[in-house]
Amino acid sequence: MSALLEADALHLRFGAVRALDDVAVSIWPGEVVAIVGESGSGKSTLLRVLSGQVAPDAGGVRYAGAEVHALGEAQRRRLMCTDWGYVHQNARDGLRMGVSAGGNIGERLMAAGTRHYGAIRDAAAEWMVKVELDPARMDDRPGMFSGGMQQRLQIARCLVTQPKLVFMDEPTGGLDVSVQARLLDLLRRLVGELGLAAFFLTHDIAAARLLAHRILVMRHGRVVEEGLADRVLDDPRHPYTQLLVSSVLAA
Amino acid sequence: MIRRAILKALAIPGHQIPFGAREMPLPYGWGTGGIAVTAAILGPRDVLKVIDQGADDTTNAVSIRRFFARVAGIATTTRTAEASVIQTRHRIPERPLQEGQVMVFQVPMPEPLFRLEPRLAETRRLHALGDYALAQLRLYEDIAQQGEAGSAYNHPVMVAGRYLMSPSPIPGFDNPKLHMSPAIMLFGAGREKKIYAVPPWTEVRSLDFDDHPFAPVHAAQGCAFCGSTASYKDEIVADDAGGRVFVCSDTDACREGQE
Amino acid sequence: MSALLAVEGLGKDFTLHLQGGVTLAVLRGVSFTLHAGECVALTGPSGAGKSTLMRCLQGNYGADAGRILVRHRGAMVDLAAADARAVREVRAETLGYVSQFLRAIPRVPAIELVMAEGVGREEARGLLLRLNLPERLHGLPPATFSGGEQQRVNLARGFARPRPLMLLDEPTASLDAANRAVVVQLIHEAKARGCGIIGIFHDAGVRDAVADRLFPVLPLEATEAA
Repeated sequence: MSALLEADALHLRFGAVRALDDVAVSIWPGEVVAIVGESGSGKSTLLRVLSGQVAPDAGGVRYAGAEVHALGEAQRRRLMCTDWGYVHQNARDGLRMGVSAGGNIGERLMAAGTRHYGAIRDAAAEWMVKVELDPARMDDRPGMFSGGMQQRLQIARCLVTQPKLVFMDEPTGGLDVSVQARLLDLLRRLVGELGLAAFFLTHDIAAARLLAHRILVMRHGRVVEEGLADRVLDDPRHPYTQLLVSSVLAA
Repeated sequence: MIRRAILKALAIPGHQIPFGAREMPLPYGWGTGGIAVTAAILGPRDVLKVIDQGADDTTNAVSIRRFFARVAGIATTTRTAEASVIQTRHRIPERPLQEGQVMVFQVPMPEPLFRLEPRLAETRRLHALGDYALAQLRLYEDIAQQGEAGSAYNHPVMVAGRYLMSPSPIPGFDNPKLHMSPAIMLFGAGREKKIYAVPPWTEVRSLDFDDHPFAPVHAAQGCAFCGSTASYKDEIVADDAGGRVFVCSDTDACREGQE
Repeated sequence: MSALLAVEGLGKDFTLHLQGGVTLAVLRGVSFTLHAGECVALTGPSGAGKSTLMRCLQGNYGADAGRILVRHRGAMVDLAAADARAVREVRAETLGYVSQFLRAIPRVPAIELVMAEGVGREEARGLLLRLNLPERLHGLPPATFSGGEQQRVNLARGFARPRPLMLLDEPTASLDAANRAVVVQLIHEAKARGCGIIGIFHDAGVRDAVADRLFPVLPLEATEAA
């Protein structure tokens, strides 16, 4: 077995700001990697670079033997709608609000070439059940769903093509605490059942402990600490990680 | 310059080619795109037919025909069989087109993704990538919400398996006539300054699903004048009691049918 | 006979950056070996570092010096130097850990926590019943259980599919005599199958019943960082 996605020596500057400063990351099939850090730490930038949306100034990202930032746009889009999934923090950024729930789930299938209406309906219904939505509401628009339900719909839309790697940008951010807990349970179950590899951005240490196998702690564009999830949280070495962990316990 | 755009359009079937639209003696929306294309291709021996909703005798059709007779000195006709160039709005004649004939379509909105993706730069990108999931998604929504594909007019087509194309606002009934036609199909959009084309003998498929194949709607009754059941009909109110009859939309085909 | 576990010169410090960078030295030069079918009890006063040693052996704490060699898939793997993926693999197949605290995935019923170890519903049910956890609790998440009930869920999890090397951190801390006897039995059964066990046993009776050897962990002086 080898790494699914690998990046090394990533550098990216926005003017005077070092958004990424010599960052190396890898992820293996079935592995969940949490990227933890406060806003401005560079974690969102890292996710965008890893997923091919923003090119780094230096360094490379390799997926399945291919240099992601050397791929043509057609290949990269193809990757995005088959092998990869991207879950946005705000469900509205990841959903088409003017299109029914079923259409939202089916779009990736159609993009991947499915041309059978009945098969698309069946897959949409199956995925609505998997994310604990009522398939009878398949023809409702996302605006008629609650925030937590919209996020589950976004996850169904993302997973319907059975991607190998999912990028999740604070998927539970902005939701009520009880809704967050349910969504985390769902993500944990799906990730386990599907054997997904996932990058999971969060500033929620408890969520990282629950979902992640490995944790990367980012600060000022650098990875200051990384390792086994429980070791980073129970035996943090870097001053910043100790601060992060202690502030959670104090809260 | 328009001829060069037409050649380019023929070389890349279904792909929209921008062109510099000329000043026209009538406002946009009255067929300026079609007139520009017709003017660019007419030769001295051409015979021109102009139809509007299938009819040769509407104001617009008559004016355009007269305009070209006066300006280009060419012969005009209302008979599909005799025409070498047919400028049209909304219809393709019922009589099968022949090799050597040229159809010129007046196009109000050339971009088939217009209602799905408002950003023009993004639609160009989607065409370049051949990414038509959005159009397929619209079709999915139509079937899910209405039980069938909603676009009775202007139902998008895939040209030569590569570009998604608006057939202009022709009824879905006419879409199959684009497929493997012996005639040249030229489309001119004056306001949007785009020309596109389907060369002869080109595959043109209406967008659909495997289990919901594209099926154009046929009128329930035959034509009240010629009795044809195969033609595309207009439904008209025939008396003060609100009684309705169906008549051929293609007046020349109806005339032939009555002879 | 080759060892299941060989600890060589293990050292562990904690540097507390939030307390001005104070470094606490907890373990120095810890060395011992464990063979199949053997149970070693860690002894020493509280605060001497027994639990820290256990957590190092489990990979939960990173070692600062020395090696922790674990026999995994027929070869010796150094857990002190292994990367995260290797530690996960060793834990999945070779190294089991039962602490006195249940750290379970929230909102998952007790019986499913046990089944997640790779046993069927019947076997999981049998194990929970053997540890005297009433059936009405099996379908509930353990968050609301008493300390003793939680610990028994934890033990059922740990002994469902005993790994070749088991770490038991005060497994009987909040159990009554009847349940302590069950745990002693479970440990004997695991040893008979060839498991090696390292344990911290609060209860002297349990320790004497299961341990083949004692390994004393001695306290070090806390030292100020430079």
